[in-house]
Amino acid sequence: MTTTNNLEIPALLTKLETELKSLIQARALENPLMIGIHSGGVWVAEELHQRLKIKEPLALMDISFYRDDFSQLGMHPKVKPSHLPAHMEGRDIILIDDVFYTGRTIRAALNEIFDYGRPNKVILGVLIERDGRQIPLQPDCKGCSITMPKGQRIKLTGPSPLDIHIQSFTTEKSAA
Amino acid sequence: MKNLQLNTEGKLKHFLSIEGLSKEVLTEILDTAESFSSMSEQKVKKVPLLRGKTIVILFFENSTRTRTTFELAATRLSADVLTMNIATSATSKGESLLDTIRNLEAMHVDMFVVRHAISGSGHFIAQNAAPHISVINAGDGQHAHPTQAMLDMFTIRQYKHSFDNLKVAIIGDILHSRVARSQIQALNTLGTQEVRVIAPKTLLPSHVETLGVTAFNCIEEGLKDVDVIIMLRLQKERMTSALLPNEREYFKCFGLTEERLKLAKSNAIVMHPGPINRGVEIESSIADGPQSVILQQVSNGIAVRMAIMSLTLQSNGETL
Amino acid sequence: MKKILISNGHIIDPENNLDQVGNVYIADGKILAANQLLSDFTADLTIDASDNIVCPGFIDLSARLRDPGQSYKGTILSETTAAASAGVTSVCLPPDTSPVIDTQAVTELIADKAEKANYPQIYPIGALTHNLAGSELSSMFALKQAGCIAVSNATAPFFNLLVLRRAMEYASSHDLLVMYHPDIPALSNNGCVHEGAFATQYGLPAIPEASETIAVAQCIELAELTGCRLHFSQISCKRSAIKIQQAKKYGLKVTADVAIHQLHLTEDDIEPFNSFFHTLPPFRTKKDKQSLRESLANGTIDIICSDHQPHDLDAKLGAFPETEPGISSLETLLPLALRLVDDNAITLPQGIAALTQNPARTLGIQSGALTADYSADVCIFDPTLSWTVNQDTWKSAGGNTPFWGQTLKGRVTHTIQAGKVIYSL
Repeated sequence: MTTTNNLEIPALLTKLETELKSLIQARALENPLMIGIHSGGVWVAEELHQRLKIKEPLALMDISFYRDDFSQLGMHPKVKPSHLPAHMEGRDIILIDDVFYTGRTIRAALNEIFDYGRPNKVILGVLIERDGRQIPLQPDCKGCSITMPKGQRIKLTGPSPLDIHIQSFTTEKSAA
Repeated sequence: MKNLQLNTEGKLKHFLSIEGLSKEVLTEILDTAESFSSMSEQKVKKVPLLRGKTIVILFFENSTRTRTTFELAATRLSADVLTMNIATSATSKGESLLDTIRNLEAMHVDMFVVRHAISGSGHFIAQNAAPHISVINAGDGQHAHPTQAMLDMFTIRQYKHSFDNLKVAIIGDILHSRVARSQIQALNTLGTQEVRVIAPKTLLPSHVETLGVTAFNCIEEGLKDVDVIIMLRLQKERMTSALLPNEREYFKCFGLTEERLKLAKSNAIVMHPGPINRGVEIESSIADGPQSVILQQVSNGIAVRMAIMSLTLQSNGETL
Repeated sequence: MKKILISNGHIIDPENNLDQVGNVYIADGKILAANQLLSDFTADLTIDASDNIVCPGFIDLSARLRDPGQSYKGTILSETTAAASAGVTSVCLPPDTSPVIDTQAVTELIADKAEKANYPQIYPIGALTHNLAGSELSSMFALKQAGCIAVSNATAPFFNLLVLRRAMEYASSHDLLVMYHPDIPALSNNGCVHEGAFATQYGLPAIPEASETIAVAQCIELAELTGCRLHFSQISCKRSAIKIQQAKKYGLKVTADVAIHQLHLTEDDIEPFNSFFHTLPPFRTKKDKQSLRESLANGTIDIICSDHQPHDLDAKLGAFPETEPGISSLETLLPLALRLVDDNAITLPQGIAALTQNPARTLGIQSGALTADYSADVCIFDPTLSWTVNQDTWKSAGGNTPFWGQTLKGRVTHTIQAGKVIYSL
């Protein structure tokens, strides 16, 4: 397990790119649609979309309206519009996010995708996987896998330069 | 009353009138509506935000247009919607209103959207409903129609971006208009430079300036240089209650014609809460013309009502 | 009958020009002497009134006891208990009971109930027209004989001025005082608040002041035409006061009263949509309030009344315009009157005169004073005692008051009616 001190973004991106390339081939994804999750996932996806030379234009999604914590936390202050193509039925999808933590963001993202139509395959790539999973989901490809000290959260800032930011927080809120 | 609408954390719990709400709260509603407005262009126009919530639309006054936009807004938030059209009898008293509410509460509902002919009905229901319920005022008597005012503000912001340097004129039956009262309050709270009302004396309430407006009895003077023109609908009953002689005379004095429109700024927008009386308040060519944003108002109505419903129901969580 | 000595109190008795510390002696239900020192008096009961005010018991020109007919709002027993605790020893009952006070039978029924409640001094006011419908004259002579002290239209409007003229003429021929509540329904048009800034902001149906002032003007002219003794009930507008002042200057026999709460609250005080602020006449503007206070001080308005209207819960439960107007106001009468004195609007003797001497004179009764041989109606109160309006202190069946939960200053310690102590703190 890499500690947070050794995280270098270029290295993470390259590792993620390599794993994705190999999985796309292994699983025989056809004309895949890449979707980045706002906000960190979009920045990572923009990089990967270029590197992997994906033909289909990059799609973006905001999962705020699909979150499971509306009753606890209320409305998210600024919700960005999702830009998803009209036809998702039968597509092969590469879902990209910056940090995989509890798994709830991905659960919300999958619900939103399925509302648009039944996809054929979905693979998940994240820049950083950290401990603390609460839902039985996991990324297919990752830049690294780390353990975080108690009371700390990891965030990607950007879009340029992309940087990793460690935050301390006092209450364990339902995080991404 | 401001306390009645806000919960202990200062968050919106009921939406009954614009008065007592700060610029911050109103802006939050507009920003939230912004998030929902892009949804109507998506293929999937539904989000699960209010799934599991039951919203009761309780209309004691007839209305197709407002009622259906509320129904659509609730449905797009995945809430369960129950619509009740209760004809108001002349002797409708507080008890039966309260009993209606109590019966519905027994079915575990989360929100009432109420339209009623008596001013103050929204407040009465909010004060007497069970503590977990949110109440939205869809129009009470002559007092307030705050959701309409918010969608009008949203529309103005869309086209003019800022309220700071705007001159806005509201033309029509101000005396009987709950829409006008709410619009005036919203415009003033959001910092509009000048709010004008234009109407014959019989259709202006006494002490109208205390609302924070300049009153005009002459449309030509009132329209000079305005950025936004809001037309109000003239109701036929005004002719029979000795408030106006007839529609022709009203149009001659206060109708929005192409000639009069030229007195406003060249990029002025023309608004109307609907339904339009063509040839009475406004010339058809203007209603259908390039400066009219009337249809935009209608589509904005859904996003704004979705925002208000979400914001008021978010305060009902256990931790809040 | 008990012999009572009220010792060492500050006696204020405007009719007899008393305003000093002294004793009051009561025997056989009557005043024996006030402000004298009687050497050969052995009291059965001595009340030490040091630091308290001793004055004639209050005469309330308008208090609705809701009996007969509306016992869900209040009864003669509950409301006279409230009156006693408020220092009120005589109550005038407006005719809009159910049935209306337009027959001898109803008048006698009220006297009967009053006796059963041990509160004999209820003065019924007869209806001006049969059933208060405004078209046929009531049997005013029979009503007077049965005990009615005056005649009134309660709050029922007159649609036909000819009928009003005839009613005033007829009343005058039997030397009956006409008490008139001034309102033109076509102008007040089912409004519930004053036509002004508040009504405009909250979109509430409104009552222009013209609906009161025009009715006052009409009635004054008819008083001149008919020679009738006229009293205006519960006026609220500056312009009404001006007309009444002119009428008095002109020599007409016109008097007027104002409800105590109109001297304190205006449209600016109304808590939006709080039905406890729903009254008729409505709370007007600061200018009107100022004028009402000045009119009280200069004698244009002679009398303060409680305008007591207790209500059941349902009456006030609803959207504001749909609720029934009226405040339960007997028990706040004294502290609010004292507040006028604290505000320097009137002197304490003026305030007491407005509650005792002047009502007695207007009604033409031998009361409202500590004159020897008058019925011993006395009120003893502590002007400095604070108390809170709540379940523990409130006696009326109706809790409908905008002063609920507030702490007020001034409380009755003893009330004596016809020589009997009917209340003590």
